[in-house]
Amino acid sequence: MGSTSAEYNGTGGVGRRDLIKRSAALGLISVPTMSFLSACASSGGDGGGEKAKAGKKTAKNPLGVNETAGMEFVLFDGGFGKEYAEDAVKIYEKNFPEAKVKFSATQKIQSTLQPRFNQGTPPDLIDNSGAEQMDMGVLVGKNQLADLTPLLDAPSYDDPAKKVRDTLRPGIVEMGQFDGDPFWIMYYAYTVYGVWYSQKALDSLDEQYPETWDQMLAVCEKAKKKGMAGWTYAGKYPYYLPFSLYPMIAKVGGREVLDSIDNLEPNAWKHPAVKTCFEAYYELQQKGYVLKGTPGLDHIQSQTAWAQGKALFIPNGSWVENESANVIPKDFGLAVSAPTGIDSSDKMPFGTIWASGGEPFVVPAKAKNGTGGMEQLRIMLSEASSKNFTSKVKSLTAYNGGTDGITLTPGLKSGVAALDKAGENVVNPRIQDWYVQLQKEQIGVSGLGEMMAGRLTPAEAIKKIQGFADAAAKDTSIKHYKHQ
Amino acid sequence: MQHGKYRFIVGFLALPLGLYALFVVWPFIQSIYYSFTDWTGLSPEFKMVGLDNYRRMLDDEIFWKSLQHSLIFAVVLPLVTISLALFFAFMINVGGRRRRGGPVISGVRGSSFYKIVYFFPQVLSIAIVALLFAFAYNPDSGAINSILRGVGLDSVQPLWLGDPDLALWAVMAVLVWSTVGFFVVLFSAGMASIPADLYEAALLDGANRSTTFFRITLPLLWDTVQSGWVYMGILALGAESFAVVQIMTTGPGGPDYSTTVMVLYVYQKAFRDGQAAYATTIGVALLVVTLAFAALVMRLGRRERLEF
Repeated sequence: MGSTSAEYNGTGGVGRRDLIKRSAALGLISVPTMSFLSACASSGGDGGGEKAKAGKKTAKNPLGVNETAGMEFVLFDGGFGKEYAEDAVKIYEKNFPEAKVKFSATQKIQSTLQPRFNQGTPPDLIDNSGAEQMDMGVLVGKNQLADLTPLLDAPSYDDPAKKVRDTLRPGIVEMGQFDGDPFWIMYYAYTVYGVWYSQKALDSLDEQYPETWDQMLAVCEKAKKKGMAGWTYAGKYPYYLPFSLYPMIAKVGGREVLDSIDNLEPNAWKHPAVKTCFEAYYELQQKGYVLKGTPGLDHIQSQTAWAQGKALFIPNGSWVENESANVIPKDFGLAVSAPTGIDSSDKMPFGTIWASGGEPFVVPAKAKNGTGGMEQLRIMLSEASSKNFTSKVKSLTAYNGGTDGITLTPGLKSGVAALDKAGENVVNPRIQDWYVQLQKEQIGVSGLGEMMAGRLTPAEAIKKIQGFADAAAKDTSIKHYKHQ
Repeated sequence: MQHGKYRFIVGFLALPLGLYALFVVWPFIQSIYYSFTDWTGLSPEFKMVGLDNYRRMLDDEIFWKSLQHSLIFAVVLPLVTISLALFFAFMINVGGRRRRGGPVISGVRGSSFYKIVYFFPQVLSIAIVALLFAFAYNPDSGAINSILRGVGLDSVQPLWLGDPDLALWAVMAVLVWSTVGFFVVLFSAGMASIPADLYEAALLDGANRSTTFFRITLPLLWDTVQSGWVYMGILALGAESFAVVQIMTTGPGGPDYSTTVMVLYVYQKAFRDGQAAYATTIGVALLVVTLAFAALVMRLGRRERLEF
């Protein structure tokens, strides 16, 4: 900056030019966002107070919670709100009247909690979710999370003869593990992914949900004639496409195909099933069955267009019912289906669906009262708390069951039906939580997004994605996982 | 009388310099230090890794893309914004037709109204502007494509933010729209301080508008233009480009990384991928780019100061 200032032989006062120059200098200084980043780490050290002493294990207190120790719970205040957690906290307070519970809800999980992890004074229970989710792989890799196995092996809240482990929906336990047995993350919500549609719109076309791809194309053609697009998706976030595409790949080629993709095996994407499914989706685009302009829409915009009846199908997760509640018409007949396959030669039956945990709860390794955090989770996994959650936020929980006796909304009902139909055929691709950047940016946006916008052929997309996967497999800066 | 002078100066400077060192210089040093570690940002433990982060950065395709986009921002944005602002400011202040009985130098009709119109976007937060334009760019129901349809251009329905060839330019256009007003006002202030007799003399000699602009206005305004250039370039490298890219092409930075800029990449690495050390490395690169940019503009723009 000093190159001109020497010429300045001021006649007193600060001129306009200098003012601007100085503000420019200030701007220059504040540019690197990194400066405030580093403010967090410097206060490091072993920090933290002493851990709470273990309490006495009894039938009512199987984890041995210290009845007088405080417990701090930080919740992500997102689509599910905070009421369900507040209700569960009340139960904890009732069970341990001497314990002081500090409950808070925030959308800024990372900015609130990152400094506390760096100082070694994290809270006792965290709902690590939302846009500011902290990277689980890094937290596990740096030994920042507590193993929740004691919780899994504790008697369940409702039935002392049953372990918590046995009350959970399929996939929940595996999802909470990374490598080996330790169980790091308790996913509390249970999401059904698939193809969402309006039963009313299908009825108006005199059609059923298509089970084979030929039927799918026929339905789309019929819709097109009526001025309706077959599909739309979150074009700016094409990583919504896998919600129906991955289970379709599993259906066509078998579970192992998805597993080898998750394991980043060489040539995993070159499996014929992947190619078949990519070509099927590409055909939708080529035949003009995708709503015009879709690649420029974000998730809200595409969901709105779909709810307005501009498109028949959208790949999405069960949160869409809550998220789009204000744009979905009353008589919409919201329903979800397992993805359409190719034909009867597919390896898995129609009904194969992606369902898995959502809303990840963790107990930090350095928490003062981690046992208290686990006890809070045990309370939340009771039938009563689970029902409370489902009826309040239209989503299932990790607790298997808990839907009897409550009125289910249309989408939820159809989700439960889809799970029943799927039975054992629930798949759970882990690439989504293992390799966030690979899944979202590279496979999603640069691969699938470009293909569905018609800028890449399926063969080119596969080649590109395989390249990304190979690079991720070689990248030593990310931790790699394998299916057990 | 000289006695005690230095003590006096030191006494006045100690506090601001101390604050500056603590809140500006120290974080810089820390950041550079962290770029040599493997700090995740999620745990207090880290170790030194030497130049690993820098080596990785040189091999990182996305880093090069983001650098390229940042450079386009830093060159194109000031060029367009400042040219436009100069033109508008000239028309508002000097470019008007001479009216009977009016002042010798005046702007076009309604110039005070235009000044407000141009400045208006400046009062809106960049986040709001970005959101508004994200809706306008909606290819399905957005304002821009609706207008195109309205004038019969049904066949021209670009995807805007969904098209890798257009996204970066679409984002830049928003920044031009939102910042040009500031420079109009800035240059207007500069032009107001140019003595009217210079213009009168030029008019008497029969100079037309463009001659007046290039021979009188621009040379006398040069310092302001240069400072504005640096200021705009820094905005374009830093906060503003981050805001529009993050909000409008959300997530990964446009289709196929077409809008990823360096600040966005810093943010993603630090707060999404848990790679704070690598993020600080990119931050250091950004610092170097910004300093080089400022130095270059200052050097290229160096010229005689005109006294008036």
